[in-house]
Amino acid sequence: MFRQARHIREKYLEEKMWPSIFCQACGIGTVLNCSLRAIDKVGLDIDKTVFVSGIGCSSRLPGYIDADGLHTTHGRAIAFATGIKLANPELDVIVFTGDGDLAGIGGNHFIHAARRNVDMTVICINNYNYGMTGAQVSPTTPVGGITMTSPYGNIESPFDLSALAIGAGAPYVARWTVAYPHETMLAIKKGIERKGFSLIEMLTPCPVGYGRRNKLKHGKDHLLWYKKNTIGRSRYEKLSDEEKQKCDKIVIGELRDVEKPEFTAEWGKLVDKVFVE
Amino acid sequence: MARRAKQNMISDKYKPARPFTKEDFERVKRVIGKKVLFSQGDIAVGYGALLAGCRLFAGYPITPATETAETMSRLLPRVGGVCIQMEDEIASVGAIIGASRCGAKAMTTTSGPGFSLMQENIGYAAMTETPCVIVDVQRSGPSTGQPTEGAQGDIMQAKWGSHGDYELIALSPSTVQECLDLTIEAFNLSETYLVPVILLTDGIIGHMREKVILPEYEDIEISWRKEPSKPKEQFQPFSVDDSKIPETAIFGTGYHTYITGLTHKESGYPSTDNQPDHHQLVERLCDKIRVNKEKIVRVERDFEDPNGEKSIGIVSYGVTSRTVYYVVKALRRERMKIDHLRIITNWPFPEKEVAELSERVDRIIVPELNLGQAYHCVKEATEGRCEVVPIWKTGGEVHTPSEITEVIKGKDT
Repeated sequence: MFRQARHIREKYLEEKMWPSIFCQACGIGTVLNCSLRAIDKVGLDIDKTVFVSGIGCSSRLPGYIDADGLHTTHGRAIAFATGIKLANPELDVIVFTGDGDLAGIGGNHFIHAARRNVDMTVICINNYNYGMTGAQVSPTTPVGGITMTSPYGNIESPFDLSALAIGAGAPYVARWTVAYPHETMLAIKKGIERKGFSLIEMLTPCPVGYGRRNKLKHGKDHLLWYKKNTIGRSRYEKLSDEEKQKCDKIVIGELRDVEKPEFTAEWGKLVDKVFVE
Repeated sequence: MARRAKQNMISDKYKPARPFTKEDFERVKRVIGKKVLFSQGDIAVGYGALLAGCRLFAGYPITPATETAETMSRLLPRVGGVCIQMEDEIASVGAIIGASRCGAKAMTTTSGPGFSLMQENIGYAAMTETPCVIVDVQRSGPSTGQPTEGAQGDIMQAKWGSHGDYELIALSPSTVQECLDLTIEAFNLSETYLVPVILLTDGIIGHMREKVILPEYEDIEISWRKEPSKPKEQFQPFSVDDSKIPETAIFGTGYHTYITGLTHKESGYPSTDNQPDHHQLVERLCDKIRVNKEKIVRVERDFEDPNGEKSIGIVSYGVTSRTVYYVVKALRRERMKIDHLRIITNWPFPEKEVAELSERVDRIIVPELNLGQAYHCVKEATEGRCEVVPIWKTGGEVHTPSEITEVIKGKDT
């Protein structure tokens, strides 16, 4: 295990950028760890992999990786990533984003990329709040969640990011929490291997921002909360309709896994058909 | 490793980022068909882009700019490029910046409302020194205004639209032929100086049909950004020589560059709380245009012999110049002395050339399809040496010759 950690660190991390900006007990590091292990497992050529991100804590991740990275404007990572993939389909594109970045300011790009099915792997670190600006309410903050801009408790319904992606047509969607790193790694691996748009939604603790205002002050409490309040998809599906109605847990696991025509592959066929020699 | 690379191989022909050759240029000409055409400004922009090597277009429909997107969607797949209709103008600029970092020449077109939406990412392109071309087919604003009517209301926005200090290049064509020529020029300037280049056409030229002649490969220049001269270990993506312009490592070539809109050091890594780092970076972003200004600025001078007697000056740009050409001819027939300066690069503004004109005249007339934009730059450049008289007009009609001659003669008689 130790050897493997060292192997990942030496092979993929950009030493000059450490230490990271992340707070104590932040879950983003675990997502990076799982992502790099998945990349290693797939055997991606790191010279042909581009990491793209928007703005926020999650979006700092490309900087810590020794690879091509594009740290773009708030919410627009997927739009930039679309241009990258279309310009050079040989590249693998991995997007790191957060709940505010993806579903708040970038919601439109998110649903359209899922619909269009451009090959990219979107890893969304959903920590229920805008962490970098100091814990404001986000489109995924649960009802009642206390943040700096919902001091009396959030009254808005949150987005279910995975359901949104499925509704928009994404062929591969999985949701895990950092409490299950091995499953996370496998889901990211599958997302990378899938030719098409894939979303891996990661429920990630933010003890300093969201947690301490919502009785989850310590990272450990946060992880236990995720374990207690989530249910695996296969277990959920075995519940009776009545039990499903009563179940208020978050369903995790592989939520969608289908094959669909991918944009660059279809465009390649179109070019082959109309190209002028 | 090999397995993934193979899976990603799409088609030998669909390769927007491959180097542009004479063969590609001739293919574009074959695809367009005729060498001499009767075409629209918007379509000529598309032809110019293809001839300059543009292989990725991302856009969003908007009047009066849509014809370029239609042209590109028809022709790009035939030359191995890619065209995508994005969900909005913000995404369009994002996509062309991403494509450009991968080595594809990329363009988007829009009009006023879309141009407003694009500003944040235009600032990003300036900050990250990513070459790209943005065509703004100006229409009457503010807001939705008159979608089908031309205007020159975005001159200031083109320069000052994004926050903070930065420089870029903006060009104004006056004819349909120039729409084609200046689009090629826009790509070249953007590749040379690593800035977003804005082509400021308008709804009138965009929709007007005129004779267009396609250039020969030998007659034009195709520029390409400087690629790294050092191996990965020694390469600093934002390190510069006297030209103040860095070398660009293309994504996927193994250089592992990190590109961020945050203030960054020469290594590309962020430096967000260091005053000298920020000042040095922003000053260089502006200096690379300022020190190279003489090479960038393009104007068309039509000055009379000085002969001791002072002339009347007219400064114009874009579609307005068409009326001015007529006025100059007519007034010279009446033996009036007229000096005409047509501005082609609105940004950087040709201060030196306007100053030179101001020495020769008592008055400079500035007709514009707005309520005074280039007027302010002209006034600043003249430094009080002569009077500057604006002729403002909005609403989608160009100035009639008499609207200009009346102002010129009204003061004389």
